[in-house]
Amino acid sequence: MSANTLRQGINDFVIKVGNVNGTGSASANELLMKAIFRMGVPVVGKNIFPSNIQGLPTWYEIRVTGEGHAGRAGGVDLMVAMNAETYERDLESLSPGGVLLYDSTWPRPHFLSRSDITVIGVPLSKMVNAAFKVARSRILMKNMAYVGAVAALLDLDMQVIHGMVEDMFKAKQKLIPANVEALALGFDYVKENYEAPLPFHVKALDKTDGKVMIDGNTAAALGCVYGGATFGAWYPITPSTSLMDGFQKYCDMLRVDEKTGKNKFCIIQAEDELAAAGLMIGAAWNGARAFTPTSGAGISLMSEFIGFAYYTEIPTVFFDIQRVGPSTGMPTRTQQCDINLCAYASHGDTKHIVLYPSDPGECFTMAVNALDLAERFQTPVFFLSDLDIGMNDWMVDELTWDDNYQPDRGKVLSKQELEEIDTFYRYLDVDGDHIPYRTLPGTHPKGAYFNRGSGHTKYGTYTEDGPEYKEVVDRLLAKWKSAADAVPAPIISNSETKASFGVIAIGSSNGAVNEARQKLEAEGVHLDYMRIRAFPFNQDVEDFINDHDVVYVVEQNRDAQLLNLLLIETNVPREKLLPILHYSGEPLDYRFVYKELLEATQMRKTA
Amino acid sequence: MSSFIKPKIRRKNEPVNDLGLIRSDYDGAMSTLCAGCGHDSVTAAMGRAFFELSIEPHRAVKVSGIGCSSKTTSYFLKEAHGNNTVHGRMPSVATGAFAANADLTYIGVSGDGDSLSIGVGQLIHAMRRNVNMLYVLENNGVYGLTKGQFSAAADIGSTAKKGAVNQLPPIDPVALAMSVGASFVARGFSGDREQLVPLIKAGLMHKGFGLIDVISPCVSFNDHKGSTKSYEHTYKYYHKSVHADYVPPSKEIKAAYDDGKTMDVELHDGGTIRLRKTDKDYDPTNREHAMKRIMASGGSDEVLTGLLFIDEQQPDLHQRKNMEDRPLNEIPYAELNPGAAALKELQKGFR
Repeated sequence: MSANTLRQGINDFVIKVGNVNGTGSASANELLMKAIFRMGVPVVGKNIFPSNIQGLPTWYEIRVTGEGHAGRAGGVDLMVAMNAETYERDLESLSPGGVLLYDSTWPRPHFLSRSDITVIGVPLSKMVNAAFKVARSRILMKNMAYVGAVAALLDLDMQVIHGMVEDMFKAKQKLIPANVEALALGFDYVKENYEAPLPFHVKALDKTDGKVMIDGNTAAALGCVYGGATFGAWYPITPSTSLMDGFQKYCDMLRVDEKTGKNKFCIIQAEDELAAAGLMIGAAWNGARAFTPTSGAGISLMSEFIGFAYYTEIPTVFFDIQRVGPSTGMPTRTQQCDINLCAYASHGDTKHIVLYPSDPGECFTMAVNALDLAERFQTPVFFLSDLDIGMNDWMVDELTWDDNYQPDRGKVLSKQELEEIDTFYRYLDVDGDHIPYRTLPGTHPKGAYFNRGSGHTKYGTYTEDGPEYKEVVDRLLAKWKSAADAVPAPIISNSETKASFGVIAIGSSNGAVNEARQKLEAEGVHLDYMRIRAFPFNQDVEDFINDHDVVYVVEQNRDAQLLNLLLIETNVPREKLLPILHYSGEPLDYRFVYKELLEATQMRKTA
Repeated sequence: MSSFIKPKIRRKNEPVNDLGLIRSDYDGAMSTLCAGCGHDSVTAAMGRAFFELSIEPHRAVKVSGIGCSSKTTSYFLKEAHGNNTVHGRMPSVATGAFAANADLTYIGVSGDGDSLSIGVGQLIHAMRRNVNMLYVLENNGVYGLTKGQFSAAADIGSTAKKGAVNQLPPIDPVALAMSVGASFVARGFSGDREQLVPLIKAGLMHKGFGLIDVISPCVSFNDHKGSTKSYEHTYKYYHKSVHADYVPPSKEIKAAYDDGKTMDVELHDGGTIRLRKTDKDYDPTNREHAMKRIMASGGSDEVLTGLLFIDEQQPDLHQRKNMEDRPLNEIPYAELNPGAAALKELQKGFR
């Protein structure tokens, strides 16, 4: 190979591993990524996997970013092509100057069809088959062997990798030597046959101190544990399943009474999403902090119950880990396609509180916010994450907890308080803040009321009378509006120079938008940026739009759902908002945003 | 229109229960169902059962779905919390509520439309989980509130008011309950209070899921000739198989086991359900045996009633979930917060 055609650059490139799913490659890829992370170099990992258990193509992408960017870069610099079925696609996806590593046990001369890349063949299968006898272990060891090969190419610290292998097999120590041997097979072969490391490689830094690699679902699960949730109901659905897995794991670890061995929580796997919503509503009505994790299809199924909880004012938290729709869509791909669905879920006039976390760090804090807001406003709260945040490991600041935190349980009348009042009416706005008092079953005879999804008066009694009905739903609207000042405020980053252009985004688009903006700023294109964090929108949102001539709304769906929500819920002129849409199902990358923003702003300037 | 408040009248020498409450303390709002509706008799029976068991009204929870029967939860126990949920989904709300607080007494009221069509899935799963509640299924074979469509409980050959003949096989809630492991299965008749009140009491005191299928004729849409859920038809083919009485812990039990017609089942609270059997050989504690008898009855006109199956040993949802005794809402946050140090410690695995 000739080094002069190779891409240069330390700690700034993209590795992609193409594999067949079900072959155990996930742990090998995690090993690769964490090794770089442990060398103090920031990474961005994306698992691009099929809706399947075994045999279909799967990719794992690791961006090495010494500067600590949070989004994808776009492009591939080192392709580890382990799946013969996708060789062609994998070859094509390489950026000029890139390197393709493949298993040369079966040579593929056609790889030479691209002159702008370098091909590195390592006879992985041949070496592994010679070294290991059991068929299943050969498959796993081949994964370790490519990790070794990549380690040689990228100058990864083998001591770090060995340390991680020891951690991985803490419980099965006898597997360590074989794995170390497999690593060496790949490592040594590359060292002996190629010039390694490559011109682009990893160099240790100290930029991951105080950071962790964590996925959003795990972080949200921890948020539920720390926020004091005691009840979770769910129906398995990708990509939300790991949220409840996490809640179960940490409850088993942290919420079992040491003396009695009894649980201080309850998790029920429901028969479907309708039941999951009903279970949560029942538990919440009875005073437990309750939640349900699901995805868009689940929200569709839960919609009737969502209206019930809205109208009867039962605090409930719906975690929607979005995936590609409509219908079954692409269950293992990411999108921001439930923005409209969650804002107004259910029939009749319904409006909800929605939170938009942008990374696992915010998943942790916003899960707690969601539980508090639901009880304070006695209403459904939606936590709108997505597959990218929920299932990928992100590098974020280590999660911290303030032990002085007390849950905001909202207005719940105690036995004592009920004893002292004359009469309790469930839906009366006693304090003039649009939030009534509630009581929990079994507390006191005076607290009893009949919870109903049918028309009710402010006293909680049945009605079919127009004015009586309106009085209650008007208060519900006022209550929802008042939440605008209680939800997480938008984060606005202004350009160094006064900008006439603005950008708006939510959630997982944040990293790519931030990076694109930085790059544009360096090139003299100034854009102010507002990341909206919740719905209802507060006044800052409308002000930001009014303060700019044009505002680009970057989002991951076809129909510009966020843009349309802004048009419905603010008074800004329609022509001010322009969409930048990405909805392929892959996580957003900064190059896409950069290109779109550059073209859009240049067109404006020349127009 | 608002709901009606029933006037409270207290008579001289009115009987009081152990709490000093009178029967009308267990009343609710005035019923708005049709005159003669079977459901009103069931409502009265439920009120009486709670009264006789001396359950504090505010420690009871009433849940229901949608339909005529589901409306009735507001017609008794006005001091109990009620939750009139969405169509066919009461079991999930009841299950969640029970999970959060096992200390209250739960009664669900539903109908054959709510339970056997739109809600059949949820009913089945609540039974599988053995939620500690009594589920009263007021069964009239017809959709009353939407004016007379057949329900899934209608028998083959039963006719609608306007003459249509039902051709689909019925879902028998009792057979269904047996097949999915319900731990208390009974059938009653709104026209037989002597049998129904004790059945409800036994079902309330049973630890686990109790289902009572109550034949409760719809006078407006399914009480005509040709209907198999009419008063006339039910009276004609009515068969009382096993009568159940609840005997509280304090009362002395006088047993007469030898005749094969009496049988006692001990409950978790120390009380007993005393069974008096018409059919000497019927064993309501043997699922296989009971199932056979129920299936045989299903193929005939017979309306087999009484406590048809009971299993007091099945762990309920709370036990299966290994939950602690305190209701979830009574566990102080200090006990739920693992603390900042634990968070720091567990994140070592994320590096």
